[in-house]
Amino acid sequence: MKAPDFSYEKPTTISDVLALLANNELECQLLAGGQSLMPMMNFRMASPGTLVDISNVSELSGINERDETIEIGAMVRYRELELSEIIKAHCPLVAMVLPYVAHAAIRNRGTIGGSIGLSDPAAELPAVLLVLDGKIEITSEKGIRLEPARTFFKGIYETSCEPDELITKIILPKKHLKQKFGFHEIARRHGDYAMAGVCIAQDIDLKVRVAFFGVADRAVRSIAVEKLLSGNSDLSEQLIKDAQNALNDIEFEGDMNAGPEAKQHIAKVVLERALKEMKNE
Amino acid sequence: MTGPATVFDKPTDYIGKSIPRSDAARLLRGKGRYVDDMQLPRMVHAVFLRSPYAHAKINAIDISQAMKLPGVVAIYTGKDIAQHVEPYVGVLSHLPGLRSPAQYPLAVDVARWQGEPVAVVICASRALGEDALEHIRVDYEKLTAVTDTLNALSPDAPLIHEEYDSNLAWKRQVEVGNLEEALAQDDVVVVEKQIKFGRHTGVTLETRATVCDYIPGDGQLIMYYAGQAPHMLQFILAKHLDMLEENVRVVAHDVGGSFGIKVHTYGDEIATAIVAKLLKRPVKFTADRLESFVTDIHARDHFVDAKIGVKKDGTIVGMGFNDFTGIGPFSMYPRTSAIECNQILNLTGAPYQFEHYHAVGHVVFQNKTLMCQYRAVGHPIAMAISDCMIEEAARVIGMDPVKIRRKNLIPDDAYPTKSTTGMRFDDLSHHACLDKLLEIMDYDALLEDQQNARGNGIYRGIGFVSLVEVTNPSPMFYGVGGAPIASQDGATVRLDAAGALHISSSVTEQGQGTNAILQQIAADVFGVSIERVKVTTGDTATVPYGGGTWASRGAGIGGEAMLLASHALKEQVLDTAAVILQAKPEDLDIAFGEIVNKGSRERKISLGDLAKIVYYRGNELPHDLKPELIATRHYRVTDFPFVFTNGAMAAHVEVDTNTGLIKILHFWAVEDCGRVINPQLVDDQIRGGVVQGIGGALYEECVYDSDGQMQNASMADYLVPMASEMPEITVAHVETYTKTSVLGAKGAGEAGTGGAPAAIMNAVNNALEPLNCGLWQMPMTPERVLKALGKI
Repeated sequence: MKAPDFSYEKPTTISDVLALLANNELECQLLAGGQSLMPMMNFRMASPGTLVDISNVSELSGINERDETIEIGAMVRYRELELSEIIKAHCPLVAMVLPYVAHAAIRNRGTIGGSIGLSDPAAELPAVLLVLDGKIEITSEKGIRLEPARTFFKGIYETSCEPDELITKIILPKKHLKQKFGFHEIARRHGDYAMAGVCIAQDIDLKVRVAFFGVADRAVRSIAVEKLLSGNSDLSEQLIKDAQNALNDIEFEGDMNAGPEAKQHIAKVVLERALKEMKNE
Repeated sequence: MTGPATVFDKPTDYIGKSIPRSDAARLLRGKGRYVDDMQLPRMVHAVFLRSPYAHAKINAIDISQAMKLPGVVAIYTGKDIAQHVEPYVGVLSHLPGLRSPAQYPLAVDVARWQGEPVAVVICASRALGEDALEHIRVDYEKLTAVTDTLNALSPDAPLIHEEYDSNLAWKRQVEVGNLEEALAQDDVVVVEKQIKFGRHTGVTLETRATVCDYIPGDGQLIMYYAGQAPHMLQFILAKHLDMLEENVRVVAHDVGGSFGIKVHTYGDEIATAIVAKLLKRPVKFTADRLESFVTDIHARDHFVDAKIGVKKDGTIVGMGFNDFTGIGPFSMYPRTSAIECNQILNLTGAPYQFEHYHAVGHVVFQNKTLMCQYRAVGHPIAMAISDCMIEEAARVIGMDPVKIRRKNLIPDDAYPTKSTTGMRFDDLSHHACLDKLLEIMDYDALLEDQQNARGNGIYRGIGFVSLVEVTNPSPMFYGVGGAPIASQDGATVRLDAAGALHISSSVTEQGQGTNAILQQIAADVFGVSIERVKVTTGDTATVPYGGGTWASRGAGIGGEAMLLASHALKEQVLDTAAVILQAKPEDLDIAFGEIVNKGSRERKISLGDLAKIVYYRGNELPHDLKPELIATRHYRVTDFPFVFTNGAMAAHVEVDTNTGLIKILHFWAVEDCGRVINPQLVDDQIRGGVVQGIGGALYEECVYDSDGQMQNASMADYLVPMASEMPEITVAHVETYTKTSVLGAKGAGEAGTGGAPAAIMNAVNNALEPLNCGLWQMPMTPERVLKALGKI
């Protein structure tokens, strides 16, 4: 479990990073917090030609409040998000989720850009972005583009990010006064990837978005559940039951801890629990 | 002085007290000396190429490209290594019929498990060695993997060893009375269950590691290793590498946990020693976590078809079972892979009185990692078979699980006695332990809470286990069967010129605090302050000969030897002091480093001053007085094959019937390990053991696919119990000293692991009772719970 040989670069500006990424011959791989990449390299499942360590790129840091949005630099670490007053005030769903992301030692290193860029199907943050309708700012030498979360995640460890592109920011809308959020996950041990988890956002117009993680090849929304829940101001017991029954539009995939049937069952349980917690808020 | 029994005729200064471990401060500062920390001049690294297949013929190995890579010193294939080693066979004569073919350190013609080493690269660094592995071309011919234990015995199963007629390694039957007839009686209620126990492993924080150094001028091989039985390994290296034992030195410095994992013969470690001898330079091998998962021995993996018969009043008539266990492709050398099954046959039902017993064990070859002795060998299975069947029978006849135990547990005044299978017991206390358990857990309050909770749709359960634990083994465990495993241990105590004690012992320290209790015993019995006792263990060049630490023998056997040696030195010192002081030895004593008057406690002379007279100014002594100021004593258990410990435990669990998650709300353990030398160390041993038992019951499982590929060989996927999920574990003691020693200590290392799984399975099935279902498979995962509930 030792990584194969690689070159190492530690640029300090976005433009230097992009120049490295644009050079195909270097076979670059970005190193953010390294919490997934380093084990993959040590298992020799990843063998980059050049490791581009972006931890010294100061343009990628910082949590900034704008008029309508919160902009989070791609290299902001989980721990910084968890402790941020701006996040607590304006992105409460992010604050709810973070204590469940692995363990404190991992959160000290792991970054939001790294998590989004990896697109692990069991990670919490992609689901958060889906229900918040977040956007990902992606930069390359060709320019800057904003990709909505709903088209960004393509599959297991697969996103719309091209090899010459760098995730520079995550942009989340600020919470409106009457907006409500729900979150629940079930893991065998605290800090493990969840057997199933759900993030829910209810907008002021009662439009509801529901995204599950740990159940399919990527974080995935249930349109059937969203349709059923949208427009209802009262999350009645019956409505919650109906929502559970409607959860049939996801292709559930099993893993080591639970087969597809167990995933679907537990997804219904986390949906129920998250909705009940929202109701009792 | 009339003899060592007078040791306890005074209040003790250290024995029985929670004295902090003297090595804790060093270890916590990161100053441990673990094998992987070692850097020797000219040291190279052994990096193993391992079979990616569970079963494959090796047609050819091409090392030519790999040899050209930077840093590569040499590459040896299985065939190369085989020329320098006498193969080993994991059988013992007291397990008649056990068969296993000769095994080489590396696979020679056929690889028989995923992870079996097939070649080794000797390289300047581990990383360069792993690069070289990618350039070794092996022509494998994939063979059908035999993975399922039951299918492995079917007549059309592929043979793992062509020279055998089947994949059966061993079969043993124990029959007492006539179970079939007894269970056929009208007034007997018979309960039958199939119980499955997952395969798991002991995950040590420090992985297996060795540095082997061959010193050509001396012809000496030094093996530094992270292990538990240095003298056993000394014998094995000498025998199989064709050396004299005195030319092999095995050293175990600090060891980061072992749990029985590190007491076996591993091919990669033997090959490392061979290569050091061939290259005449130091070679290091440190298993990484992936290698650990696929090469460290696994344990359990049992399929048990069990039945029990009880009368309506709860009297156990008899019990029986058929056990099938998969052990991998070989029986592990030298302890064999049949001991776990043998323990199950011997120990099932051992706390109880009953007449009829019929047990059959099948030990089966399969293409998975080798299975062998891991903490609480066989106990979790044996205790679960009897205690889970007893509680199931109690449910069927409508009896309280405590009442049925009261009725059948061997009475505390029945000792010495024998179990149904002939195990010899003395100084046990099942009823006293159960009493204490009920007292500390408040059983009645829990029952009331259970009823109330059920009304709210919350399912809590209470489960018990009464257990025995094999400790302090005599030569009847291994030595009798021809294994090079000492059952006696030695201790040396030496007084230096400054009045400090230097003690050494053949038992070893793996993190559990053995060294600390040896210091406590020596300081207490001899009479010095514990800060002035320096301890050495783990080095065959300096410590007395002995077996090391396994089967809960460190305190009971190593501790007794230390007591005897300390007492012997004390007598010698008092004889010398009496001459110097012109007093009678029986009027003198030693206390905190001073010779004192026994009655008045008046200080007479310090040990340092006495030692200086002996060592420097012997002219002041009479010519016929020749004090040595050093004493060695050895001890082995002679009266019994083993000294059994007993205990009673209970688990309180809550089953989330929606998610299938099981939460352990509280765990209680009452243990009778005889004299408790250090309460904190014993309590934490028991807690640690319980946590490993919880691992087996709820979390840990080596998951294999049908091709024999382990699916979860990483710390992300193989779930060990973690602090967040662990309950409060309350520990209490009943102290019935064993009469086999002066110290009176029995072992305490394995009870938690042996008992917890049964208590938890009982608690879960107690919780599920009103839902008319049960779960009989460990680990009890959420998915299995949901299936048992019919939710999926």
